[in-house]
Amino acid sequence: MKPSRASDPYWMLLPTLLLLLVFFVFPLALLVKHSFFSWDLLTPARFVGVENYRSLLRSGELWQTFRTTLSMSSAVVFGSMMAGLGLALLLDRPGRWAAFVRSAVFSAYVVSWVSVGLLFLWLLDADSGVLAGVFRFFAHGRAPRWLSDPALAPWAVAAVTIWKITGYALVLFLAGLQDVPQSILEAAELDGASPAQRLASITWPLLRPTTLFVATTSLISSFQLFDVVRVMTQGGPVRSTTVFVYAIYEQLFLDLRVGRASAEAVAFFGILLLLTGAQFWLFRSREGA
Amino acid sequence: MKRASSRALGWLGQGALGVVALVWLFPYLWMGLTSLKPLAELISSPTALWPEQPTFAAYREVFRSLPLLRYFVNTSVMALGIAALQILLALPAGYALAKLRFRGQRWAFGLIVATLLVPAQVRFVPVFSLLAGVGLVNTLSGLILPFGVSALGTFLVRQALLSVPDAQIEAARIDGASELYIVYRLLAPLLKPTLISFFLFSFVSHWNDYFWPLVLTTDEHARTLPLAIALLREQGTGVRWHVVMAGNVILSLPALAVFAAAQRHLLRAVTVRGFGG
Repeated sequence: MKPSRASDPYWMLLPTLLLLLVFFVFPLALLVKHSFFSWDLLTPARFVGVENYRSLLRSGELWQTFRTTLSMSSAVVFGSMMAGLGLALLLDRPGRWAAFVRSAVFSAYVVSWVSVGLLFLWLLDADSGVLAGVFRFFAHGRAPRWLSDPALAPWAVAAVTIWKITGYALVLFLAGLQDVPQSILEAAELDGASPAQRLASITWPLLRPTTLFVATTSLISSFQLFDVVRVMTQGGPVRSTTVFVYAIYEQLFLDLRVGRASAEAVAFFGILLLLTGAQFWLFRSREGA
Repeated sequence: MKRASSRALGWLGQGALGVVALVWLFPYLWMGLTSLKPLAELISSPTALWPEQPTFAAYREVFRSLPLLRYFVNTSVMALGIAALQILLALPAGYALAKLRFRGQRWAFGLIVATLLVPAQVRFVPVFSLLAGVGLVNTLSGLILPFGVSALGTFLVRQALLSVPDAQIEAARIDGASELYIVYRLLAPLLKPTLISFFLFSFVSHWNDYFWPLVLTTDEHARTLPLAIALLREQGTGVRWHVVMAGNVILSLPALAVFAAAQRHLLRAVTVRGFGG
């Protein structure tokens, strides 16, 4: 449509574009600029070229953070998808009880990360937590120190994250199951296909687009994990749960190294863009096929 | 034979549902029960299921040690402010993008969609120094403004408006309606389902937000509830889990209440959005 006055669309978009420029575009430029400086927020910034990037690479910090983030994210994505798919198959039935259980699982997704973090900090407490109690009862031994053992802590935090976000995968898989035609399933049943066969050769292939969508969106989101780490482990023990956002936060607010924090944020942003690009590419090539 | 096995399968399914319900509901139950225990019981038998002498002492302590009302007001003003501002700005912007033809339209749309790629977790370093430079650290404005525009909200409004027939807008114009009237009085009511879903989702995620208030507040002036409750544990010496859990009940109840009242709208929002920042 033609605008009534030529200026209409411009002033309608002005506040939106202005805020985006101030809080998105300009900060990105500033971020890149800061990454070439050494600055502690107090004394004047000093230009250091690519030194921040070089030291992040040379110290192995970037690689270490990437590995931690990737392994925790992979566990989260895999775990929440398996749980979400399993629960969707289990809960895709009529009745109030199934509806109630669906709501229960999804509610964790709506509660804050702080709530969930504190809750599981208490449940997983090595001395007086419920899980330690269950462990003592059945195994008659000391419970593993889930959160203070560097070999276990990342998986404990990942498990808590899975508990929180499985509702997301569940909702999307339930929506996906609605699109699986009942008639094909019934025909297969008449032909004597077992439930396992029907799942493997009808439901699962038809859920592929949903699976792909859940996997990529969950991966991109879980790369940005922070709250639960900050509340439960503060990146420890011995940096075993220092994921990207936590590492950047630490550089900025605990070490006051704006330049290094910026360089790490630039690298992090690059990785997120690559993941998003991969997501687009996957969906495009799938549609083309 | 076949019927017996399918009935067994049915019972197995029901049993599995029970286990699932337990896994997702027991943590809430445990939170509530712990918050009702007196300190002595928590120390002597921390894993006992029921409190022997239930008490609200932990809640009284939370209220005594924290200016909860202030945090509650801060959090509400912030979350309401963000959600309202996002919708207020998304409506005219979405309208211009969906219904008006003008030079630079593709460019503007591209910019808005591109910012979807920049999460708060990437831009917080420069935005923090930016806001520190103009004295907006520790203010509610500093908490609200960086989220005043939602690219997603603008995008959703635009998509929804594409299906509104041009004739309806033209008729309003002929009746002498101004563009502002068309956007806020004619089109906004038509988009009600989209707007409600988006509003609730935005409200809940900013009510719950921990990251941005943590970055941007250093004292209690603009501190929000999630931050205050998390601090409850950091200050806590030794086993004061009943107090932490009482705080946690206070923090999570509003979110659970919104969820119970508006589950359908939140589900709708999730299927288009995904989780996280």
